[in-house]
Amino acid sequence: MNNQTLTINVNGKTYQVPPIPGETLSDLLRNRLKLTGTKIACEESECGACTVIMNGESVLSCSTPAIKANGKFILTIEGLAKFEKGELKLHPLQEAFIKNGAVQCGFCIPGQIMTAYALLQHQPSPTSAEIQHALKDTLCRCAGYPTIERSILEAADAVRTGKPVDNDPHVPTSSGGKVVGTAQARPDSVAKVTGAAIYTDDLEFEGMVYGAVRRAMVPHAFLKSINCDKARALPGVHAVMTAEDLPGEKNHGLVIYDWPILVGVGERVRYVGDALAIVAADSTDIAREAAALIEVEFDLQPVISDPVISRHPESTSLHANGNLLKHIKVRKGDVAEGFTQADVIMEEVFHTPSTDHLFMEPECSVAVPTKEGRMEVYVGSQIPYQDRLQVARALGWPEERVRIVGQLMGGGFGGKEDIAGQIHAALLAQKLGRPVKILWDRQESLLVHPKRHATQITVRLGAKNDGTLVSAQTELYGDTGAYASLGEKVLTRATTHSAGPYLIPNVHADCYAMYTNNPPAGAFRGFGVLQSAFAIESVMDMLAEKLGMDRIELRRKNALRVGSETSTGQVLRDSVGLVECIDKVKAEMVRVSGLEEKDLFKPRPVDGAKHLVRGWGFASAFKNTGLGGGADDCSGAHVELYADGKFEVRSAAAELGQGLVTVMQLVVCEELSQEPANVKVLVMDTDLTPNGGPTTASRQTYVTGNASRLAAIAFREHVTGAMAEKFDVSPDLIRFEGSGLQIGDQKLTFPQVYQELVAMGQKTMVEYEYHAPETKPLGVKGDMHVAFSFASQAAEIEVNTNTGEVKVVQVISANDVGKAINPVGLQGQVEGGVVMGVGHTLLEDFITENGVVITDHMSRYRIPSIMHTPKITSIVVEDPTSTGPYGAKGVGEIVLIPTPPAITNALYNITGLRLHNLPVDQEVVLQHIKTGQ
Amino acid sequence: MSIWKEYYQPRSIEEAVAVLSSSPAPSNIIAGGTDLMLDLNQGNHPPVNALIDITEIEELKTIDVVNSEIIIGACVTHNQIVKDQNVQNNADALIEACGLIGGPQVRNSATIGGNVAHALPAADGTIGLLSLNTEVEIASATGKRRIPITEFFVGPGRSILEGKAEFVTRFFVPLKKACQGSAFKRIMRAQGIALPILNNSVWIERDGDLIKEVRISIGPAGPTPFRAANTEALLRGEIFSDETIALAQQSILGEAKFRTSPRRATAEYRRQLVTELFRNTIIQAWQRTF
Repeated sequence: MNNQTLTINVNGKTYQVPPIPGETLSDLLRNRLKLTGTKIACEESECGACTVIMNGESVLSCSTPAIKANGKFILTIEGLAKFEKGELKLHPLQEAFIKNGAVQCGFCIPGQIMTAYALLQHQPSPTSAEIQHALKDTLCRCAGYPTIERSILEAADAVRTGKPVDNDPHVPTSSGGKVVGTAQARPDSVAKVTGAAIYTDDLEFEGMVYGAVRRAMVPHAFLKSINCDKARALPGVHAVMTAEDLPGEKNHGLVIYDWPILVGVGERVRYVGDALAIVAADSTDIAREAAALIEVEFDLQPVISDPVISRHPESTSLHANGNLLKHIKVRKGDVAEGFTQADVIMEEVFHTPSTDHLFMEPECSVAVPTKEGRMEVYVGSQIPYQDRLQVARALGWPEERVRIVGQLMGGGFGGKEDIAGQIHAALLAQKLGRPVKILWDRQESLLVHPKRHATQITVRLGAKNDGTLVSAQTELYGDTGAYASLGEKVLTRATTHSAGPYLIPNVHADCYAMYTNNPPAGAFRGFGVLQSAFAIESVMDMLAEKLGMDRIELRRKNALRVGSETSTGQVLRDSVGLVECIDKVKAEMVRVSGLEEKDLFKPRPVDGAKHLVRGWGFASAFKNTGLGGGADDCSGAHVELYADGKFEVRSAAAELGQGLVTVMQLVVCEELSQEPANVKVLVMDTDLTPNGGPTTASRQTYVTGNASRLAAIAFREHVTGAMAEKFDVSPDLIRFEGSGLQIGDQKLTFPQVYQELVAMGQKTMVEYEYHAPETKPLGVKGDMHVAFSFASQAAEIEVNTNTGEVKVVQVISANDVGKAINPVGLQGQVEGGVVMGVGHTLLEDFITENGVVITDHMSRYRIPSIMHTPKITSIVVEDPTSTGPYGAKGVGEIVLIPTPPAITNALYNITGLRLHNLPVDQEVVLQHIKTGQ
Repeated sequence: MSIWKEYYQPRSIEEAVAVLSSSPAPSNIIAGGTDLMLDLNQGNHPPVNALIDITEIEELKTIDVVNSEIIIGACVTHNQIVKDQNVQNNADALIEACGLIGGPQVRNSATIGGNVAHALPAADGTIGLLSLNTEVEIASATGKRRIPITEFFVGPGRSILEGKAEFVTRFFVPLKKACQGSAFKRIMRAQGIALPILNNSVWIERDGDLIKEVRISIGPAGPTPFRAANTEALLRGEIFSDETIALAQQSILGEAKFRTSPRRATAEYRRQLVTELFRNTIIQAWQRTF
């Protein structure tokens, strides 16, 4: 009864292994059987990523002891597709997921597919409700839930009828391009649905050891002493390093080097996640045990946990230059004079909480020293070249000695821009001369990486009786936490967007980016604008009510248009699709609700359930594309032709699941008249791909899209020029076609073109470095940004007047994206943005108390599931920007920004409760319903 | 350090009792492990010397009807219960409670025995069993004994098994007779831990328009899963009407001890919720008596 052998059949193959105490089924599958398709995202039975089938039933392999599988049949994602006559035959679930674009970052996909597979075994014709019930605890942070549901319905049909899954992804496509604007599958999607896709934690290297970090776990203190003797003495430990052992730069940071790699004795601990020591050992368990054995003494200091208090003169300075990271100012016109013209002035104060990205894949880095004396770092990072710089400085090496090899990422959302384990892994690898992997568990991820800024935002808004906005004054406090990260940039965006997407002649905004002892705050999808949009869009509804004016009309009247000047003095020359977004959302609201315009925002009890009341809310937003503010926003791309006639496009821009690789592929296909299958994409390798800059600010479709397009054009011209000379034909008579190059009457296949180029001594690859149009820094008139995306959303919600519970029924989302290059990816962004917006409004709250993190597990920090997902109607508005590729601008962030105020405005319309903070607390809602307070 | 040293998979109750009695402390029974594995992994439960996995004991994995009872093995999973025809025909409250717990993956592993043995005051399955007048069978070295489920709990997370070489083996749920019905409902909160902020189960027997017998369980409404005995007494023999329900609602507010759970629900909110939740549950149960 105490088994000496564990016999397990996995995907039809029988394995016999000795049982290991403490081993879970997922450990066995991943570590010993090398079946890494099963993913680990939480290890607390919250997310479903590790789902496998055991004797026909779905189970969570991360919380199932491996020994329980003794004598059982296990099916994992690797076993779903079959090889038939040497060809991979995908299961209809896999086909439907690929075709519809349900696969984005891909990290949750094995769990989604296996959960769905189990459902279909029991219920071959599931209803939507049954699918939702089955997937209730299988989380997807890209949040393509509607597409996942649709894919399962289609796959069920295919399984039942034996007919293939249809080819239509059912998303709005665009017009004009041969390939651009058409629906295409992601280049990495087959690997992602079969479990073949490799993420960083799936990598193994000869002689690899495992790292762990000793964290301070106190929010504010001086480190008095540190003793690593017991850790070093633990069997299996290879190295323990403290600040004394750092060979190079002591700090890291994206803008300011203010974040200690390791806090040294006598130095200040500024938040719970500060690193004190790093350990490498034979296993992660031993490394963590050793880290826990390190003895530390602190001189505890009073904790500063509020940005407003942090600004008080008597507050302790957390950094040498004080607690004010930056005072950000926007000045336009004369607000005092503006307010004298106002008939109505609103003034309101709002608070937004910190939130976590909760990407499904926790951070993982593997550092591998090479024989040539270099360091390779395998990591899913949003800024590979920044990693290279920071790792090299920490090692005390020139940058070229470090190579960042970007891996598939299980989501980022801004949370993988800062250094996580890259430097620590590299330091240990440098010291030991062997590969080191550092994998954070979910708790470490929640404690350590930068969050969304918590803010306090005061809005003072003046309007004339006819609704014309005349003056806006805003004051923002942003909690940037212990270290700068991208705090200044994020809060600059919050400030410049704080008066909303409206033409206001007089604007005055002040923002104080404050250091505190909370976890650092940095980049997170929406980048400060989510917070300021919640404030301004709430005030816009309040103003409309005060004026007795229709809230949509108020927005439309003041909406930015071509020729308008923004708060920062930028005159918009093209691509301002806001009015179109507003009008189309309104028309759709009228259409789907069947209501008259005047009744759109009135509460409506649900038939047969009087305690359920529904109503609509509305909001608009804008969001910059690109870095702007005077930065040289550039990206490089290579386009190469290989001997086999295939093309490759390369850039070190990051693919986090958002679909950039598809954009790059389609753009090159368009310019070279190729099918997607003939163009490979390589990203995120600092040895092989040119710098694409940070993947942030909704910039990659625009910047790397332009770089890829221009590289393709340059390649075409290069080949055309070379062949014109060789064949003595006018370049006008040379044409790229799918199968080859038409040169006058002659046709060369691409392998032949390659041969000709080589024979002529001509290069087979071109390089293009794209620089976006120049922008001006804040405070200087002119273009602060190359483009803006615009959006409007209407949310219909349902309030349970017995319990205060709030449910989002449907969201209509119109986004002006300039041009939809990758409609399948766009649909994923729209769905994911709305669902993340629902999460930020109803669920998500990263709680700290006096600097101590309360929400340090996935069970405490909840993100939306399929059960929270509303019906989502996407309206694609294409008002092209002249400088974008085919007119395209960014979309990754705008899709989420209007959702919170659209929901809270609906809540007001139903209950009269005006929320000044997020998320919605059902208890507060019920209190208001019962007492009117 | 491994979270367990030895892992036993006994094939009989006797074997399980023997290994539990002989294993050096700390040693624990494990069934589905959905709670225990988390506690072990997160350090909320110290590493154990031995885990004794009782899910290979066949007689603990079945649902049988014997005489006037449904006998549910402790290692029956939540999904097994939800799909079982006998439970469906006899114990709506248990079906509803077990169907709401977790996702299918958790319901395929998590057992009803584990749900009860964990002894949380608002465990859905437990609250359902409580209203159904369930009896619990406990095995020890001296044999088996049956006790009413109400006597099983001693505090939050604590049961009469604490510190003893004993474990739960079976549950006995009376078969539904004519004019009887039950229901289970709960209210969740979007943020934070996925435990109900309030749940309620009602079993009721009708005699014409009169309430002949009723059992009401509520969680969390005290340190252990709560039976509203005073309210049950009040309802017995009364006509089922809005007025009666209103009296019962007041009575529940009088006897249930709601507390404030930080960041989840205040006592006051629970008091506001319970009246409507109870009303909906008892009406549902009543409708099922026809």
